[in-house]
Amino acid sequence: MKRGEHTTDRVGIVVVSHSHEVAKGTIDMVRQMVGNEIPMAFSGGNPAGGLGTDVASILAAIEKAWSPKGVAILVDLGGAESNSEMAIEMLPEDRRDKVVVCNAPIVEGAVMAATEAAGGGTLQAVRATAEELSPR
Amino acid sequence: MADATERSIVITHQVGLHARPSVKLTKLAKSFDADIRVRGEGTEDWVDAKSIVRVMGLKLREGTTIFFKADGPDAAQALDALVGLVERDFDEHAA
Repeated sequence: MKRGEHTTDRVGIVVVSHSHEVAKGTIDMVRQMVGNEIPMAFSGGNPAGGLGTDVASILAAIEKAWSPKGVAILVDLGGAESNSEMAIEMLPEDRRDKVVVCNAPIVEGAVMAATEAAGGGTLQAVRATAEELSPR
Repeated sequence: MADATERSIVITHQVGLHARPSVKLTKLAKSFDADIRVRGEGTEDWVDAKSIVRVMGLKLREGTTIFFKADGPDAAQALDALVGLVERDFDEHAA
């Protein structure tokens, strides 16, 4: 293995979808394509098992993927973004500035962001890499 | 600083430089300090080999020659490693 595979200090990635399967499948793709060297977690579906997003579950995912370098969140539609922002607001004050929601397509953005994170990029670089994909 | 050096190799992997190979190439490039640029045949546009978005955007197919150039103290090792990765079909067995 090459330099850069020591995993102590990598930006974490969180995937938030309305669908548990989409969220889990996106993380599966990231694991297979990029590897396991970054902290990752997902949140998908509502507590009843249907489609939706849930602030408490997103908060738990952020904590699971927590890294001192920060956490980048990839979301699908509307509520995934607003509930992610709400979850960020509920974090301890010193952690809020280290979590960002990326304006990027969820699957492609997650793979791109994870690749940048695995290479040791900063939170800003990880977000910029994911957002490079978005139409202007 | 070492001089920039350049190497090229033909892509033999059946699906070319698609998503997964692009990720491998980018991750490998990121493990070196050298500035590394990459381009496909038929264009003079070098892109940053450490940018996954740029590398994936090359869309290089099987049979295309890929060019690397690197500048920095570990440039030679970086080029050896990257050419090796392409040579080994990105360590994937073509489907």
